[in-house]
Amino acid sequence: MKLTGSQVLLRTLRRENVDVIFGYPGGVVLPIYDELYKEEFRHLLVRHEQGAIHAADGYARASGKVGVCLVTSGPGATNTVTGIANAYMDSIPVVIFTGQVPTGLIGSDAFQEVDITGITRPCTKHNFLVRRIEDLASTIHEAFHIARSGRPGPVLVDLPRDVSQATIEEEDIRDDFNTLNGLEKPQQEDIAKAVEMIRAARKPVIVSGGGVLLGKASEELREFVRRTGFPITSTLMGLGAYPGSDPLWLGMPGMHGTYYANMAITGCDLLVAVGMRFDDRVTSKVDAFAPDAQIIHIDIDPVSIDRIVRSHLSIVSDAKTALGLLNAALAAGGPVPVERTREWMEQIDAWKKRVPLRFSEETDRIKPQQVIRKLYELTKGEALIATEVGQNQMWAAQYYTYDHPHTFISSGGLGTMGFGFPAAVGAQVACPDKTVVDIAGDGSIQMNIQELATAVQYNIPVKIVILNNQYLGMVRQWQQMFYGRRYSHTDMSYAPDFVKIAEAYGATGLRASRPEELEAVLKKGLETPGVVVMDIRVEKEECVYPMVRPGASIADMELGVELPADKAAPTNGGEDPQTRSFN
Amino acid sequence: MKAKENTIALLVRNRPDVLARIAGTFSGGGFNIESITANITKTPETTKIIITTKGSASTMEKLKKQLNRLVDVLSVDDLTGRMASRRELVLFRMKWSDETRPAVMAAVDLYNWKVVCMDDRYCVIEVSGRKDSIDRAIQLLDPLGLEDFSRSGMVALEKFKPE
Repeated sequence: MKLTGSQVLLRTLRRENVDVIFGYPGGVVLPIYDELYKEEFRHLLVRHEQGAIHAADGYARASGKVGVCLVTSGPGATNTVTGIANAYMDSIPVVIFTGQVPTGLIGSDAFQEVDITGITRPCTKHNFLVRRIEDLASTIHEAFHIARSGRPGPVLVDLPRDVSQATIEEEDIRDDFNTLNGLEKPQQEDIAKAVEMIRAARKPVIVSGGGVLLGKASEELREFVRRTGFPITSTLMGLGAYPGSDPLWLGMPGMHGTYYANMAITGCDLLVAVGMRFDDRVTSKVDAFAPDAQIIHIDIDPVSIDRIVRSHLSIVSDAKTALGLLNAALAAGGPVPVERTREWMEQIDAWKKRVPLRFSEETDRIKPQQVIRKLYELTKGEALIATEVGQNQMWAAQYYTYDHPHTFISSGGLGTMGFGFPAAVGAQVACPDKTVVDIAGDGSIQMNIQELATAVQYNIPVKIVILNNQYLGMVRQWQQMFYGRRYSHTDMSYAPDFVKIAEAYGATGLRASRPEELEAVLKKGLETPGVVVMDIRVEKEECVYPMVRPGASIADMELGVELPADKAAPTNGGEDPQTRSFN
Repeated sequence: MKAKENTIALLVRNRPDVLARIAGTFSGGGFNIESITANITKTPETTKIIITTKGSASTMEKLKKQLNRLVDVLSVDDLTGRMASRRELVLFRMKWSDETRPAVMAAVDLYNWKVVCMDDRYCVIEVSGRKDSIDRAIQLLDPLGLEDFSRSGMVALEKFKPE
């Protein structure tokens, strides 16, 4: 039997267990869309191609599977570039199918032609231009393999129209491809060395990252913490891998990290970094990051090792394998002596008591942190939280407690405004039984607000909580701190009525302006079926604290509150943080 | 740290945009390619690329890791400081004049160079050798009517098969 390229594409997607495609049709992908029409493959029509790629990304983050999107050539393809770069920075497995003009027209500046493989070369893990139908199936399988293997990432497959229209005998279809070299196993002597360092540590701390979630190693991480009794902090990308309600949990480190996480890293003598890459938002001034520590760095990508922070012992491995081997070695050698770290744990406790995460509650204005706390209470911590980028994202990271893996979905490396809502749509598609909340800012939500139509059309009941401060809040915060309160073009007070916007799209719109309205609105929003937009009018000039100035040591935090005197506690590296308040 | 010249041999899959990916890895990482040569190997599905580039040992480590990460790169071999034959090929186009001809021909004889073609106005000389001897040949030929030259970039091969 003869199959067209479009039929081969769908057949191959089925073999890869793809159950949903986020897409947007156009001229050169019409043969594929015609096939989708006949076969009733699950396809969600987004309203902008950026929405398609972010939704596929959110789907991948929530499900642990490969996300798929399909767009047309030219503008359809270029509209995905931001989302591709976003997935690349956070190592998210997605496969992007772009239409391309027929092979005979490639390079002729044909209508809606762009060199999308050229454009996306620096921001994809790999990409392909399929020139012959004979190569189509094997290329697609290879794309999925590359996307999900090793350090995951986005892979783009460019499909010229004549390839999707060409035909091939079914028995001539080749599904095989040359597999890539497998990962090396961690060396047993490195594991033994790590265990020795772990046993010798007096002031240890663990930093886990997104690699633990991508490697599905949350269980191994939890066991590792149980076996060592070490305190643990996690980067933004790694939130949820370790339960935030556990006493050993220190919160997030870095620019907006907790006081105690940053102090612990600065004062530690052993730092075990797992599946994290020492992003500058985590390390800030590299020389002052864990200055007295021996560093064990476990990462799947050799490029990440010694790139920013030099490690004393590196293990190139996925988190699951490495932590599994460490756990086994620790189990064989008996428990890690707790007396050794007792003083350190007391010190950390003192730091926690001295400067907990806090904000001042007021009676006449809603505090954004209060919104997140209340949301946590109402959802009992069981919701899947997506965020936009900026202050809303940092408060969502700080004030919601994540106990389960894959429950915090946020744009880490690229910091893409407009990511949260379409990603939440994708996450809700992956997890239809979960409550999915997009925590948004009034700036970010307007970047992909058109996806309300997608969510309503397919009844994807995402709840959007807009922390509406009528500013581009984080930029305004920087202007307040570093530019003498010159709020150049960050005033967003000219904005649509979000309640009416919601209603115009067929969603439910709610608003809270005063603290006493907050709980009722959140409760109603969460209980109302379908898509709900909650416009929460918050304190306009609230800042995210703690904050480390760019380039400063992470021990040098601005806390926004007076630091209580604490003569008793020894200072472990780093000077006392700044106590200036900018409110 | 001091930047020195490094020689990197890559074995890559012979796919259409593999060179662009490699070049992109250099430019994206802020490295400069000093010279590059590429051609197929015994198996036509693979290509060997020899690149010379300047950088410190630590930046070279980063570059090699990034090259290794490319899907179509099968191996990255650093020949810097290793026992390897290194050669460049250059074609020189010389103007013929009665004053310079004897000196040019003397140099060709002395160094065992090769005259590839000539007519009554020009001749083309083929020179191969290490980078420094090519540099010296340019210095020698320049005052003798050197009009233009094409330089291949370095090819290199380890002298002994690595274990």
